[in-house]
Amino acid sequence: MSAGTAGTGTGAAGTGAAGTGTGTMSTGDRRDEAATTGSRGTRLLGLGVLVGVVALILLGFFAAPADDEQRDAVRMIFVHVPSAFLTYTALLTTAVGSVMWLWKRSRWWDIVAHSAAEMGVIFCGLTLFTGSVWGRPTWNTYWDWGDVRLVTTLILLLMMVGYLALRAAGGDENAVATRAAVVGLLAAVNLPIINRSVEWWANRTLHQKSSLTDGNLEDLTLFTLFVGIVVWALFFVWAMVHRFRIGWLEHQLASVELEAALVQRRAEASAGSAEEASL
Amino acid sequence: MTHLGYLLAGWGVSLGCGALYAVRLVLRGRRLSAAVPAGQRRWMTSDTASVEEAGT
Repeated sequence: MSAGTAGTGTGAAGTGAAGTGTGTMSTGDRRDEAATTGSRGTRLLGLGVLVGVVALILLGFFAAPADDEQRDAVRMIFVHVPSAFLTYTALLTTAVGSVMWLWKRSRWWDIVAHSAAEMGVIFCGLTLFTGSVWGRPTWNTYWDWGDVRLVTTLILLLMMVGYLALRAAGGDENAVATRAAVVGLLAAVNLPIINRSVEWWANRTLHQKSSLTDGNLEDLTLFTLFVGIVVWALFFVWAMVHRFRIGWLEHQLASVELEAALVQRRAEASAGSAEEASL
Repeated sequence: MTHLGYLLAGWGVSLGCGALYAVRLVLRGRRLSAAVPAGQRRWMTSDTASVEEAGT
């Protein structure tokens, strides 16, 4: 299948995501890039992520000040909040991809939705884990079933795991994509509920109200948090590019295998006809 | 430093999961790239370039 039949946006995203234009690629570059899902752009991005992680560790553990109340436990904010931010980003990307699949029937958008959902599960799991670990020294508990934000985030994680299970179950490619798109959109309904839960159910949560912009955080803490979000976002982009390309290769492989099966079936049918004719 | 165990658990699992997922993506991409014919490997390749690449 050519890129043109994959659906709208393939060419633009392909060149954008890869960071290279095929038209200007040398033969050597093509051979190099064809062997993996990486490219010069993703390698640079990966290097940026590694440098960013080192900077984040240095800032988070040695530069940012401890909190008066939480003391050093506050340093969990630098991994917890970016994970939550990327959970939202991944799920929104899945929702957009799902809408586009239902609207345009574009395989490109379907793969984007699937790729983002996989990362959404990882980031959502990390959000819950880091939140629980942070909650023990701060709230004296790992988990509280009465906390609306915790429970709605868990529901989101379960829905996204269901999304991936639906994908893994197999079946007709288009039907699976459509069902998954519906689940992806249903899961996205959870986002505003999770986000606003601390305001709507203020007496049923251990979480504080949104406080990132109210000026209570130290400047260096806020800066380190910003670095954490940027590093996690760069990782998200890097992983999205690779995961998208994997999804595309899987789609191509399925086409190749289908084509081979058809050729074999035709060959068997012609051999059968020739045998009947000879009798 | 206070709460070091919690911090190491939270940061360690976060960074470790990210690293494991990254390695898994790269390995999975290599395996699939090898399984798909060269002409159908590039999702950003134009029709003309695909034909040229398949020819080489």
